[in-house]
Amino acid sequence: MNETDVTKDGQRHVRPGREATTGVHTGPGVEHVPSAARPARGRGEQAMVPAAEFGSYYGKPIINQPVWESPDIPGYLFLGGLAGSSAVIAAGAQVTGRRGLARVAKVGAAASAALSTVALVHDLGRRGRFLNMLRTFKPTSPMSVGSWILASFGPAAAVAAGSDLTGVAPGIGAAATVGAAVLGPPLATYTAALISDTAVPAWHDAHRDMPFVFAASAVTSAAGLGMLGAPVEERGPVRLLGALGGAAELATERLMEARMGLAREAFDEGRAARYHKGAQALLVAGTLSSLTARRSRFLGAVAGASLLAGSALTRFAIFEAGLASAKDPRYTVVPQRARLEARRTRPSEGPRSNGDHPAAPPTGTE
Amino acid sequence: MVANPFASLLEHGDPATAAGYVDHPPRMGFFTDTSVCIGCKACEVACKEWNHVPEGGLQFTGMSYDNTVGLGADTWRHVAFIEQRKRVGQQVTGAAADGAAPAESGIRWLMASDVCKHCTHAACLDVCPTGALFRTEFGTVVVQEDVCNGCGYCIPACPYGVIDQRHGDGRAWKCTLCYDRLGVGAEPACAKACPTDSIQFGTLEELHLRADRRLAQLHGAGVSDARLYGRDPDDGVGGDGAFFLLLDEPEVYGLPPDPIVTTRDLPAMWRRVATAAALVAGTVAVSFTRKAP
Repeated sequence: MNETDVTKDGQRHVRPGREATTGVHTGPGVEHVPSAARPARGRGEQAMVPAAEFGSYYGKPIINQPVWESPDIPGYLFLGGLAGSSAVIAAGAQVTGRRGLARVAKVGAAASAALSTVALVHDLGRRGRFLNMLRTFKPTSPMSVGSWILASFGPAAAVAAGSDLTGVAPGIGAAATVGAAVLGPPLATYTAALISDTAVPAWHDAHRDMPFVFAASAVTSAAGLGMLGAPVEERGPVRLLGALGGAAELATERLMEARMGLAREAFDEGRAARYHKGAQALLVAGTLSSLTARRSRFLGAVAGASLLAGSALTRFAIFEAGLASAKDPRYTVVPQRARLEARRTRPSEGPRSNGDHPAAPPTGTE
Repeated sequence: MVANPFASLLEHGDPATAAGYVDHPPRMGFFTDTSVCIGCKACEVACKEWNHVPEGGLQFTGMSYDNTVGLGADTWRHVAFIEQRKRVGQQVTGAAADGAAPAESGIRWLMASDVCKHCTHAACLDVCPTGALFRTEFGTVVVQEDVCNGCGYCIPACPYGVIDQRHGDGRAWKCTLCYDRLGVGAEPACAKACPTDSIQFGTLEELHLRADRRLAQLHGAGVSDARLYGRDPDDGVGGDGAFFLLLDEPEVYGLPPDPIVTTRDLPAMWRRVATAAALVAGTVAVSFTRKAP
């Protein structure tokens, strides 16, 4: 009963194999994989994207998994923020004559920058080639920009701390303190662009708000370090900063999640969810105790430790949410499919521009 | 580097020209017509042989005839096998599992050889901090293995899941579109080995014409679900240097339905990073001028 074009005399229609037809009368369709049942989300929020069925290739992820490892990379996100903000606090403390706080912040900045470098080099596939990071300068690569920032910040912070501890060359030490304070804020925030400039849904989807979360988190951690180490009478500014930073971190993180599409759900899974909950609890505790820790050394230490740990957990939660969102093709396929459908139903829009998500539906982006 | 470092992200047109080549050869690429793929995996083998790509782990996946799973550091061509309960044109397979009359049912087998897309706007290339990834004069994207330090940034940057880090080596690897063979006028090993011309190599301009003609031919034959993937220069990556004719939605083959190069959002991200950095400096400054509660 087989009806084939191939006969003993060759092909029935003489044409090259590349012109063979196939699938006549086959209709359109996708091999649908029902998305796994998701745990109901607490706070009565509505899912941004309906839990749609989606097609996939045997449930395999679309994008390759980041090879960045924990604790190297989330640790670096945290330490870079701590180092950068500490350098700014060091300058502020120096100018206002808070010698104790300045020393804690300078040493903190230098030590975090050194640890950051160790973490980054440790994560390389070819550690011996770490200097290739400075082989070129590419504004299209946040990692290239960041390498140059860290490579200038690290020595400046080290000189500032060294001079403070030894009393040698106070003039150079002061200049290095200023230099580190100028490079500190970019060091603290560029990492947001670093992870957002990827196809990892939970990272890229948050690219608008991530810099502000990282900025707040950096201030929180540096204030926490200051509260742990500085003399009680010099703690005023970092107590204020701790409260401001902690509150801002809670708020910006919340805003970031609210503006994310489907990828937000990656924060509700596994490790990311645990770190996320821990971060929020610690930040609330740290913020409140910063406000009340006026004279108590103990309460100040509790506040400082909570803020440091809360900030670190925020970075770990974001890192883990990214990994989870990369692993599940749902996070890649469903929003992209929705974006396509939205474009299809709004044909007047024409081809996409290179602007900021011109064709993205309100339901989700990358 | 040109005056506006992001200019190459915004331009249409030839990526080699955007990368600064003058008087370069035409852009070369692949047109992979999956409708004539027979799943022989000659492309996988030829690629491994020619490029000395090491063995990537032996396993039985249960995914039809696909034990390669996906593209990675040790797989630069990957043949996907998809089994669908669908009519297969004039073919009568008799393979219906539910006992229905063979003419009413059947299994259709989709086979497709996946490869690096050599995007017009390549995220891997944009984010590479060492300059190991570069744009060749043929408009393709290649890793310089003597420069790559294994930072891993290109891996999550790729919207297609192509490039990956090789275990025990640490560096990132992917299809080079046989840069060495192109240099001497030979076609890439996979295209050379493909027995059905499912993998066609040529100038991108000619491949576009061939693909459009093939699509019209299939639509004329009633294959309404045939579509081109990566052909559109207005898509999120500016079009692919290696594009496809598919018989189902891209995600069925493990391809993203609407990939974008995330670097196109980078100028906006840098602006926000700068604002956030200013906020850090400002907040700390304010805290030293105010009295804490």
